[in-house]
Amino acid sequence: MSDRGIRARHSYREATARRRLAGLLDEGSFRELLGPEHRVTSPHLAALDLPAAFDDGVVVGAGLLLGEPVLAASQEGSFMGGGVGEVHGAKLVGLLERAVRERPRGVLLLLDTGGVRLQEANAGLVAVSEVMRAVLAARAARVPVVALVGGGFGCFGGMGIAARLCDAVAMSEEGRLGITGPDVLETTKGVEELDASDRALVWRTYGGKHRYLLGEADRLLEDDLEAFRTAAAELLRVSARPLDLEELEREHRQLGRRLAEFGGAADASEVWRAAGVERPEALPLLEAPEFLRAVAGARRGGR
Amino acid sequence: MERLSFDLACPGAPAPRAPPVVVGVVASGNLEVLVEPGAAPGTCRVEVATSARGFREIWSAVLDDFAGRHALSGLAVSVNDAGATPAVVSLRLDQAVEEYLGGAR
Repeated sequence: MSDRGIRARHSYREATARRRLAGLLDEGSFRELLGPEHRVTSPHLAALDLPAAFDDGVVVGAGLLLGEPVLAASQEGSFMGGGVGEVHGAKLVGLLERAVRERPRGVLLLLDTGGVRLQEANAGLVAVSEVMRAVLAARAARVPVVALVGGGFGCFGGMGIAARLCDAVAMSEEGRLGITGPDVLETTKGVEELDASDRALVWRTYGGKHRYLLGEADRLLEDDLEAFRTAAAELLRVSARPLDLEELEREHRQLGRRLAEFGGAADASEVWRAAGVERPEALPLLEAPEFLRAVAGARRGGR
Repeated sequence: MERLSFDLACPGAPAPRAPPVVVGVVASGNLEVLVEPGAAPGTCRVEVATSARGFREIWSAVLDDFAGRHALSGLAVSVNDAGATPAVVSLRLDQAVEEYLGGAR
């Protein structure tokens, strides 16, 4: 029997934001900043007479990853869908600004969010755009920023953009990454465009495997805290993605090629077939290691 | 939203001081509980913010039972509730105090 069969797996998806941080970082090393006892809660939710969370749905702080100092933030998707409000966003921005000052080995963003917290309207929108700017400022200061996406709420809206602004993205198959989520897409474009109740279709379209194959996710992981921990440490060691015009133009060329190659595809499985995957219909059923072997020659971009 | 405050009579030695602990998440049918030192000896101060109005008596009964199960003297307990049932509230309160006291050891 293999080691994998014996070792207990701890689901990343099922863990709370705090549990994820505890499992990801070296044991007992995490020190929270602006913790729940400070009660920095949302003034907007209070004005709307809605329940607040003492941490406004995001845990930020410092810890060690394989002995190296990192800053980390973890969004709690179960609180208002991980929506980014003014305080929530300010905590993320503050952490990234701290990274520019302190120069840790890197910043880990454990994203689990539907995007902007709609109840906070423009304050939430501003917060998300400030997060994007802060990610780029940290990268410009040569502090690598790595996004981890494996929670039950995925990573959508402006935070989907923020994830792709990071140096690297690691996802599980269960994680989803996109801008317009399935329900919003169905509401605005109609069920013919995307049936949000078709879970297999939703995961084919937004899930980690598709994102990995398109090169948008740099690692495809099993739903296992230890796998996320290993990948986070490894991605911090990989040289940072350049942040310059040349890289931007390279990405635009890549997007142009993607449109030319896959623009006619009506479903992710058609993309996989066109990319050269032999049995695309089998991909959703494969465990991560088998999946990685099956798509090794078909992947576009990514690291 | 309704805000409720309770001062539970808690005879006995004050609970040990430990770092604040938060458990649970403010999600539908769930709640978060923050435990920290803070109340006067002999009492436990409980502050509840709940989305469900009109349940003061039930909260009072659940909290009296809670005070009967644990030595809470000198602790402050703060709750953000999104409509959890009394059973869930009791479990979260127990979990929070056990984690807090675990941190004091």
